Amino acid sequence: MAFWIASSPHNHIQSQTSALMRLVILATIPGIIAQWYFFGWGNIIHISLAVVTALLSEFLVLSLRNKPIKTELFDGSAILTAILLGICMPAIAPWWVTVIGAIFAIVIVKQLYGGLGHNPFNPAMAAYVMLLISFPVEMTTWLPPLQLVSIEYTFADTLWMIFTDSTSLGYSAEQLRTHIDGYTMATPLDTLKTSITTGLTVTESISSPVFGNYFALGWEWINLGFLIGGLFLLAKGAIHWAAPFSFLASLFVCSLIAHLISPDLNPSTMFYWMSGATMLGAFFILTDPVSGATSVKGRLVFGALAGLLVFVIRNFGGYPDAVAFAVLLCNMAAPLIDVYTRPRTFGHNVEMK
Amino acid sequence: MKLNEEYKELAWQGLWKNNPGLVQLLGLCPLLAVTSTVANALGLGLATLLVLVCSNATVSAIRQWVPKEIRIPIFVLIIAAFVTCVQLLMNAYTYGIYQSLGIFLPLIVTNCAIIGRAEAYASKNPIKQASFDGLMMGIGFAAVLVVLGAMREVLGQGTLFDGAHLLLGEWAKTLRIEVLTLDSQFLLAILPPGAFIAMGLLIAVKNAIDDRAAKHQPQVEEQSIERVRVNFES
Repeated sequence: MAFWIASSPHNHIQSQTSALMRLVILATIPGIIAQWYFFGWGNIIHISLAVVTALLSEFLVLSLRNKPIKTELFDGSAILTAILLGICMPAIAPWWVTVIGAIFAIVIVKQLYGGLGHNPFNPAMAAYVMLLISFPVEMTTWLPPLQLVSIEYTFADTLWMIFTDSTSLGYSAEQLRTHIDGYTMATPLDTLKTSITTGLTVTESISSPVFGNYFALGWEWINLGFLIGGLFLLAKGAIHWAAPFSFLASLFVCSLIAHLISPDLNPSTMFYWMSGATMLGAFFILTDPVSGATSVKGRLVFGALAGLLVFVIRNFGGYPDAVAFAVLLCNMAAPLIDVYTRPRTFGHNVEMK
Repeated sequence: MKLNEEYKELAWQGLWKNNPGLVQLLGLCPLLAVTSTVANALGLGLATLLVLVCSNATVSAIRQWVPKEIRIPIFVLIIAAFVTCVQLLMNAYTYGIYQSLGIFLPLIVTNCAIIGRAEAYASKNPIKQASFDGLMMGIGFAAVLVVLGAMREVLGQGTLFDGAHLLLGEWAKTLRIEVLTLDSQFLLAILPPGAFIAMGLLIAVKNAIDDRAAKHQPQVEEQSIERVRVNFES
């Protein structure tokens, strides 16, 4: 009779990809609820569209590649990618934009590079950037928060809008975006960028109603929602603190310097944190274990570079928000960062000859 | 009979097996830059084809007199001369295409596919074979350009042969086909990144076809001598 003796460790925690993905998906909920509260049903519709498309295309590619469909299809990674893409979409973008984006994210960015764990770029962000440069008009028809719009619209109206380009009463997207005073509203970041280029100071431009009382009406709560989700993930140990911390710190330092040098041209540091996709990027995109850097030092550099890029592109670039571009550029730099921040093997000298 | 076989092999190499666009990946710069429509792609493909045939023939004709040490500058001079001719011709007869090709027409001089063929084939072979090789390589390259142009034009604008009259004359206006009606252009297909992605997909399709063909080929059994160990003692 042979006794089977296992070597240590004897205590296993089976942390599976699907459990991790489920946790991250759960953590997006506060942010999505804030989005729903301020911008209506649009994003939830886009998320469901993206999830369905992503699962279908993942199924197709997996069966073409003769991969185990059941385990890989439901490991949650495709669903998470789709949810992140859906969160980034403007609420009333047409349905086919999301469908093309989800197909691109799964088929080209993820599966053609070899599937989960092999993709050099974050699929959701790559798809978002692809959509943004391909369909600039559809991808920038942002709705103002519900408090500011002059036309009331319901779930059915949003659905109608996404699938037919007009609400059931025949309002166009342009009309939905109109303020009571009759002008079209953009996102806070966009408004700020436009008014600064027309020669207004920051204080003058944030008197526009889209900024609300604090930083950016609606957007601040969405960012807080994602911050809560991110802190939850940190507490659960699902993500590492290094990348979000250094990203936010670097964005803070850059914007603080700029704000101190010329407060008329640069908004406050908290505006950078609380507008656009900052918190989503910090806790849900940059922490992607596949396309980011691996060591702690590497992640610190990775996050700091992303923060610097976000600041530079938001201030000097052609696009109002920059998280997606910054993340893609950092994804490209990640292998190089990994080479230069390789941890020292225990017992080896720092200067290896 | 043997000559015929050689031409067949040249054609097979140029059009498929050693295609300058899909396999050698030479001349990627014009390949990716000007293939946003079929008309542009065809214009550049024909120009390259003409230069390739003429330069191969010339290089082959003077191969006995070219010193080995300075052959590359001489090849470049020959190619540049033909490119200048083609450029002037296109400027005279197809001005619209000449304008839309812009810098990429003179840049044919630096197209590695042409100097590659001059160096690898034309400088070692007689005129007839060299010009036939140039023709086949040129057709292979132009075919890849046109397919890529068609993919990008259909996805980007939803049309085919848009602007073909700039290249082929007024009658070609009737060639224009509206394949899809798009609400908005799919800009990615028209922009350079789309060219890279489409090119990658084309290469993947070619490799898949080759793989499939290889599977259908009867497997050649390896003839090996099996040694039988004979041991009488046990």
